[in-house]
Amino acid sequence: ITGHVFPPSAGMSVGAPRGLASSGQKLITEILHPLSAAEEPLSPGQDEPGLTNGTPVEISSAASASVLLSRLQLDCEPEANAHVTFGSGEPRDLFVTVDDPKKHVSTMETYITYRVSTKTTRIEFDLPEYSVRRRYQDFDWLRIKLEDSQPTHLVPPLPEKFVMKGVVDRFSEEFVDTRMKALDKFLKRVADHPVLSFNPHLNAFLTAKDLNKRQGLALLTKVGESVKNVAGGYKLRARPAEFSAMGEYLDTFSQKLGTIDRISQRILREQSEYLTELREYGAVYSTWAASEEQLQRPLEGVAGCVTTSCGALEDLSDNMSQDFLPVLREYVLYIESMKRVLRKRDQVQAEYEGRLEAAVLRKQEDRTPIPVEVEKCQDKVECFNADLKADWERWQRNKRQDFKQLLTGMADKNINYYEKSQAAWESLITLLQEKQTEDKTSETN
Amino acid sequence: MVERGTALLKKMEISVAEADKRTGKNTVNMQETYTVYLIETRPAESVSEGGTPVAPDTLWRRYSEFELLRTYLLVTYPYIIVPPLPEKRAEFVWHKLSADNLDPDFVERRRVGLENFLLRLASHPVLSNDSIFFLFLTEVLFLVFQKADSRLKSLSAMFRVKNPDKRFTALKHYSEDLSTVISQLLRIRARVADRLYGVYKVHGNYGRVFSEWSAIEKEMGDGLQSAGHHMDTYAASIDDILEEEEHYADQLKEYLFYTEAVRSVCRKHELIQYELEMAAQDLSYKKQQKEELETGTVRIFSLKGMTSKLFGQETQEQRESKVAALEQSIQEGEEALKEKNAESQEFVEKAWNDIERFKEQKEKDLREALISYAIMQISMCKKGIQVWSNAKECFNKM
Repeated sequence: ITGHVFPPSAGMSVGAPRGLASSGQKLITEILHPLSAAEEPLSPGQDEPGLTNGTPVEISSAASASVLLSRLQLDCEPEANAHVTFGSGEPRDLFVTVDDPKKHVSTMETYITYRVSTKTTRIEFDLPEYSVRRRYQDFDWLRIKLEDSQPTHLVPPLPEKFVMKGVVDRFSEEFVDTRMKALDKFLKRVADHPVLSFNPHLNAFLTAKDLNKRQGLALLTKVGESVKNVAGGYKLRARPAEFSAMGEYLDTFSQKLGTIDRISQRILREQSEYLTELREYGAVYSTWAASEEQLQRPLEGVAGCVTTSCGALEDLSDNMSQDFLPVLREYVLYIESMKRVLRKRDQVQAEYEGRLEAAVLRKQEDRTPIPVEVEKCQDKVECFNADLKADWERWQRNKRQDFKQLLTGMADKNINYYEKSQAAWESLITLLQEKQTEDKTSETN
Repeated sequence: MVERGTALLKKMEISVAEADKRTGKNTVNMQETYTVYLIETRPAESVSEGGTPVAPDTLWRRYSEFELLRTYLLVTYPYIIVPPLPEKRAEFVWHKLSADNLDPDFVERRRVGLENFLLRLASHPVLSNDSIFFLFLTEVLFLVFQKADSRLKSLSAMFRVKNPDKRFTALKHYSEDLSTVISQLLRIRARVADRLYGVYKVHGNYGRVFSEWSAIEKEMGDGLQSAGHHMDTYAASIDDILEEEEHYADQLKEYLFYTEAVRSVCRKHELIQYELEMAAQDLSYKKQQKEELETGTVRIFSLKGMTSKLFGQETQEQRESKVAALEQSIQEGEEALKEKNAESQEFVEKAWNDIERFKEQKEKDLREALISYAIMQISMCKKGIQVWSNAKECFNKM
């Protein structure tokens, strides 16, 4: 029975899920770049037999549908759903979570793995649930594979790979936790994407027991791609205005995010300095209380309020540095991904324009008709444009939702800070006034 | 803050109504600019009758005249904890606060402080009856007989009391501790104010960036723009908050300066104690001398003992006249000691009376100051909650 639960056991150390097992790893590595072969149908996501294109998965019986429904309601945190279901109208049938970081120490290296849990009803998956352990470089592999195999789509960013050694402790609980959240966000964004979520590499990533054998290949593709990206310098004749506008939008947006990031860090610095002084301030009240008789309790009370405020402020700062700043940074990286896709689109258009120009020249010379090849190029451009526009819309929707959540969260945390502090001072006043009336009644007695 | 309905305050309403700048020549004939304060007084009944109040008597006074009055009170009432004047120069300032003596905010805080000083005097059971104080309030020319406080100054640190009064010693230590802890508190409060100011003001930058960002957004634009305004409001709100807090700092400062007045009473008590001990010592010395003369034994080396040894015994008459002179002197000494004892007792009694009164006043004032400080903190929290709730509403609309 256990063999059934995890198909890629024993002999299948390659670890491809059963859906892909017939062609094994070969299928994964040979997934064709949509732009690399002219024969390829031009809408990625539809090119794989057996993969549905973001349409609802057929559910055979009413029973299983209700099972699915109840599971959705039970298992999925509303927060995680909020930003994806918003306005998209796409039913969700693939749920992923990244959690439970573990440290691995070997003679060669020390690294962290995270648990990647999957729940799904998609027929591309053999089982409804998977749980695998992945490390950062596996995520990196997935991202490269996705970007490679689906160049017309926006692939969400990963948290930054390189951290300054010595400045940041890569194995600190805080760092691992922040990275885990970012990886979780990344995977959720991929799983919610109508096209990317059907990518077989994702399937392998979520289900295979062992991904190691693909590492080398990942490296190769990376090099190949970077060579491809070197093109450029060609001035487009007719870039549609909307893509220029996207570029301009991204430039301004990333600039504003940079400013917000700097402001937030400055606030954190000011807050931490304020906190230092405030602690000392509270301590002086305690010292003073020790030398007074009647005033002892009031002064101790003030010291207590200051301490409470310090604690509340600390929570606020922690929240900001652990929840607010990482989201800002993710969006800065997201913008970079988006810019890369825009550049790729320009390249595809440039290729088309170049070929068209040549063909037009030839036609003028010897009246040869414009070759099919050029038309295919045109199709590619149009296809790319359509994919990009769809992803742009999605991204804008997500961004709006994410920032709404992020900023209301920031407001909430500030409100919370003030509420805690207010409650402390109010209870102090009650205490002081009680004491006063006590004194008065004892005077009259 | 000041107990009303006592002494002079029953008969008279006192206020320092306004401040003004004057320019004139000082003693070395140099042009200088200084501030004068308008003292307004009017009979108390005229207000309570409900009709149009009688026009108040007014006169202008400089800070230095207040100083003169206080010095006079210190000399005349050594056993009283004379209320302190507000600070001459702004101390414990944080960076936004001006240390300039002519700064309008500083002048205004000093006006409040001077009024408080006058009200404290007018409500004091002893000081309120002082005639010079009354002249200070009502006559432009008030002459202060400057009795030099030379007794205290010449001795200052030199004398050491043999049997200090434990109560005064304890009070002295307490006032020293209080002075240390309050000045420490004020120093740190200034730094806390500085930092808090920074935290708020940096939030103002969100206002600008949200507004700029809103220009490139469609659906989010309006929400961002108006949230930006709330961030501006948030940043601006700290000015009022800290200005209000300055009042609390002034209340603490008053008690910091009060500790000096308390120590001054302790020092004066020490002086009296010292004089008493000196008188007692003087007397016992004379008595000893007399005994020596009568018995002929020399216990302590003295010039007289030496001369008698060198030049032989005195005659009987000589000795008798000496004994008589000594007896006279002993009697005087006993008189003096009695006087000193009475003076000391009276001082202790009066001083302790005022110290008790002061303790009560201090506890009441500081408790009230702490309550009003807590209220300030609550109002700051409420403002913060208000602004962030408004901002949240805007974010929610995005």
